[in-house]
Amino acid sequence: MDSQGSAAPMPVKRPPLRERSQGAVVDTLFARTTQFFAFLVFVLLLAIMASLVIGSWPSIRKFGFAFVYTTDWDPVAGVFGAAVPIYGTLVSSLIAMVIAIPVSFGIALFLTELAPVWLKRPLGTAIELLAAIPSIIYGMWGLFEFTPLFGKYVQPFLIDNLGDIPVLGALFQGPPMGIGMLTAGVILAIMVIPFITAVMRDVFELVPVVLRESAYGLGSTTWEVVWKVVLPYTRAGVVGGVMLGLGRALGETMAVTFVIGNAHRVATSLLAPGASIASSLANEFTEADDPIYTASLIELGLILFLITTIVLACAKYMLLRLGRLEGTKS
Amino acid sequence: MSAIEENVMPHATVAAAEEVRMSVRGLNFYYGKFHAIKSVSMNILTNKVTAFIGPSGCGKSTLLRTFNRLHELYPENRTTGQILLDGEDILDKSVDATALRARVGMVFQKPTPFPMSIYDNIAFGVRLYEKLSPREMDERVEWALTSAALWNEVKDKLKQSGNGLSGGQQQRLCIARCVAIKPEVILLDEPCSALDPISTARIEELVNEMKKDYTVVIVTHNMQQAARVSDYTAYMYLGELIEFGETDKIFTKPVQKATEDYITGKFG
Repeated sequence: MDSQGSAAPMPVKRPPLRERSQGAVVDTLFARTTQFFAFLVFVLLLAIMASLVIGSWPSIRKFGFAFVYTTDWDPVAGVFGAAVPIYGTLVSSLIAMVIAIPVSFGIALFLTELAPVWLKRPLGTAIELLAAIPSIIYGMWGLFEFTPLFGKYVQPFLIDNLGDIPVLGALFQGPPMGIGMLTAGVILAIMVIPFITAVMRDVFELVPVVLRESAYGLGSTTWEVVWKVVLPYTRAGVVGGVMLGLGRALGETMAVTFVIGNAHRVATSLLAPGASIASSLANEFTEADDPIYTASLIELGLILFLITTIVLACAKYMLLRLGRLEGTKS
Repeated sequence: MSAIEENVMPHATVAAAEEVRMSVRGLNFYYGKFHAIKSVSMNILTNKVTAFIGPSGCGKSTLLRTFNRLHELYPENRTTGQILLDGEDILDKSVDATALRARVGMVFQKPTPFPMSIYDNIAFGVRLYEKLSPREMDERVEWALTSAALWNEVKDKLKQSGNGLSGGQQQRLCIARCVAIKPEVILLDEPCSALDPISTARIEELVNEMKKDYTVVIVTHNMQQAARVSDYTAYMYLGELIEFGETDKIFTKPVQKATEDYITGKFG
């Protein structure tokens, strides 16, 4: 206010009211552009879905719904069924989640509640770096380093100790070859742990300090605070993190292709080699000479797409229901 | 208030005129290198309301938090000196923090209902210490909510989330949660700072009620509030206890010039 005191106010030139300013035009242009990009996502999604359906049409017409539940996979005879890779995808991902969820929970918990301050940063960074390793490296490491050790020490141990239990034992039988469904599950677990951990850690840190303190202030132990207060408060985020990991596990291709064994059969034992949808696609596209073979592989891709969509939808629905049960949530 | 009479308070002995519940002796507090509380000594009397006042950053909340050892959650915090609760030094490493927190409860600046139902918010703390039958638990929950003057407002929606209540109701829920475990001392850390005037008045009424059964220590930014609810007032400034005495005296004829400046609004 350096002009304070001077009597005559400077005349100010104002833009006319009924004329669109240049800024407004640019704004509109900007809005339209962002709108275009946003809708582009929709278009891409539909295009991918359409091309999958069109590409797999011969197979859909020939095998019908039986494609999903038959186990034949005979390129020579031209007969295809997706049950084996579907089973392999679901089971290897399930194994991965069974291992990864508790481990990630533990790591995230340690990082947010228990670790001394000087350890938090380096540990957190190490976990994030684990997520940065390309999956082909996991595959190579899995095949050359992890699989021999797994086959030599872990699998025989599982066969000896769990193989004789009545029902559960069926899962742990057969020769310890190293490669197989269980190995794929373990490698997948290692790959998704960083993702789940990172999300869990971030949401745990969102819990207001006063909420945590008031739980401690009542005399709760760390376990009670985490289990009864932190976890319910962050439920949506935790489920989201788990789904992120599951989505990645379902679609993971390279690492799984290396270690799953690529055998087109359903075996009860988790130690036996199998195949997943993604590994079948990676292995067989180059050798698919018959149109029906190619169409069947594309239909596998379509099924994988549907599975991940269903998983995502289930997660959303679950969160919606949880939110409703809890009433209004801040 | 018949529900209160049914539950005999474990510590509700008729207090002798000047019974000391907590005694702070030469307490120093450090946030890392920062010396936040400088050799404070004071007595907290049984069944009285003691208020801590002073400008922001004077250490009043810090002092309050040491009373139930919440500062321990952060390893860089350090204390020297003693705080005696019924003659025992609660800062001693051999004292279990959980057992201490059953006897010294805390209510925070912002309402902090846990992400669970109203009923479970109350039952949560009780379950940490006692194994009650469902019937006993129901009674305890009703009693606690009645003590916090909230029962009539929530008795039909006990199964609903505590987050659905208004701010003032949430804060009374937190007080009920604290009362439910039957502590001897209740610490209130600016309990009304996030509330509207009407809710504030209800909490203040409640504080008056509570001192019949508990020893209450309240930190407040609001000097009128301190004058209204407390029996004793401590004025703190820059980590030091400047003046401590009966509230009437502190507010009418304080001994220290600094106290007078603060309460008359010349400073702060």
